[in-house]
Amino acid sequence: MMNNSKNLVEMKNIHKCFGKVVALKGVDFQVGNNEIVGLIGDNGAGKSTLIKILSGVYPPTRGEIYIRGEKISNRRYSVRKAHELDIETVYQEKALGEKQSLWRNIFIGRQISNFFGFIDIKKEKEETDKIMKELIGFRGVGVSADSSVGKLSGGERQGIAIGRAMYFNANLIILDEPTAALSAKEVSKVLNFIRKIKESGRSCIYITHHIADTYSVSDRFVFIDRGEIIGEYKKSEISLEEITEKLLMVSAGNSGKEIANEYEKQ
Amino acid sequence: MNMRNNKISLLGSKGFRTYAVVLVYIVLMGIFMITAPRAFLDYKIYMAFLSTIPFSLVMALGLTFVIIAGEIDLSFTSVMAFSGFIFTYIFIHTGSTILAFIASLTAGLVAGFINGIIIAKVKVPSIIATLGTQFFWAGLAVVISSGRSLIINEIRPSFMYRIFVGRIGGIVPAQAAWAFGLAIILGFILNKHRFGESAMFIGDNRDTAKMMGVNVDKTLIQIFMLSGVLAAFASVLLACEMVTWWATQGPGFLLITIAAVFIGGTSIYGGEGTIFGTVVGAFIIGSITAGIVASGVGGFWTQLVVGLVLLIAVFINTFVSRRGR
Repeated sequence: MMNNSKNLVEMKNIHKCFGKVVALKGVDFQVGNNEIVGLIGDNGAGKSTLIKILSGVYPPTRGEIYIRGEKISNRRYSVRKAHELDIETVYQEKALGEKQSLWRNIFIGRQISNFFGFIDIKKEKEETDKIMKELIGFRGVGVSADSSVGKLSGGERQGIAIGRAMYFNANLIILDEPTAALSAKEVSKVLNFIRKIKESGRSCIYITHHIADTYSVSDRFVFIDRGEIIGEYKKSEISLEEITEKLLMVSAGNSGKEIANEYEKQ
Repeated sequence: MNMRNNKISLLGSKGFRTYAVVLVYIVLMGIFMITAPRAFLDYKIYMAFLSTIPFSLVMALGLTFVIIAGEIDLSFTSVMAFSGFIFTYIFIHTGSTILAFIASLTAGLVAGFINGIIIAKVKVPSIIATLGTQFFWAGLAVVISSGRSLIINEIRPSFMYRIFVGRIGGIVPAQAAWAFGLAIILGFILNKHRFGESAMFIGDNRDTAKMMGVNVDKTLIQIFMLSGVLAAFASVLLACEMVTWWATQGPGFLLITIAAVFIGGTSIYGGEGTIFGTVVGAFIIGSITAGIVASGVGGFWTQLVVGLVLLIAVFINTFVSRRGR
């Protein structure tokens, strides 16, 4: 079954229940080609659930997913299948092996190896250099393909994980709170990596609590609250202040307006 | 620029550890040359080392992979006892060294496979699983041999005896060549083969390895099979060298083999280690007893010195890896 929309990803009427808890109540969510989508919502709003369904971690209870217009079987969808469809998620904690070198981290599981399984180390190192320089514009001081991941800063690690996803042709890269544990300087590095994703013609879903960050890189913002999409805006339609205000209202639930008023007074 | 960084990172952790373990060995040999010059300035003692160290070295090679993957194997000495029994028993009853050899290696592979299944599939922690199989294989060897030793003097004229434990050029024990050969091959596999890389990522961060497409369960089973087959190979070398098998041959090797791997710089936390370090570690451990006895201090000191060297080595490694981070 085809869907004639030009979107890269189209999720329709997605429901997800964990036992009696309803995490998503009929969510419609799209990602266009070469689009950076900022997914915004409070803790427990359903952001991660939505993303995990799209990454193939768990299936939706109900609803339809189309990727490049093609319907995905909910039951057969998996992380591996998502990878085959060029969708990759970069997780903050589990992305890299700490004690191993960068080039091993880039190619683990997808090594350049000969018939007997021996790795072409020279080639992998060269490709790693290329990924660092060309794909993600990596400017880590004193960092080479041989460095171990343990020596990198938090932002640089995100860069390597993003570079790896791009190198292996991920067309949609999902970043789930990649800056949560980072300093301001490191955050700006990650934002630059996200700009590289856009420049290379790929798409990205960027989940964060930091509104200013997401505002500087995203093309469109989707608000989610208590399992429902409560608003979608193109960058041209909304200012940073309006987004902040909206998020505050959402966070405070019913008393949101009062808080927003307080906020305005200040 | 890149070259310089490589050097810095080499000195920073892995490389430094390798130098450290070599340094410990040189210092130890230096001490023995001073305290027991008659023994340690003669080549014969080094030939004796090349004759005795390969048994634990061969097993330590497999154990290095196990520990790099963040696991432990306590059963390999019992697997050695059991597969050694298979080797001698089949040789005595068929007269075929080849058949005995193949059967023995198969026994080692099967024992390793069983460990691997219990650990990777049933998810029993390896320290408990291999403690169980340690008792099992050792017990089985005692039961089926009725506790008797087996003597295989008839193996001396055989071709296998000569290539496994003969003396190269009339001097160098052949088992040393086998152990070094295996060390070189397994060193390449650890550093340049997908299997070795998988072992390192599994030991480093199992979730990451899984998410990056490493078949964690399969690799773990293969690692324990490697440990098992190397224990079997060591048992064949030992049975040939001793021309005798007895049921309690194995246990004496357990702690010195584990100590060799740790002295060699393999991390107890998994994810890093080198075959070269293990080789040097095995030589350090294997030299201490002879050195102490030859120095006239008395054999009672052996364990104390082994313990001291192990603590120093582990101290250096922990210190280096903490600074590296």
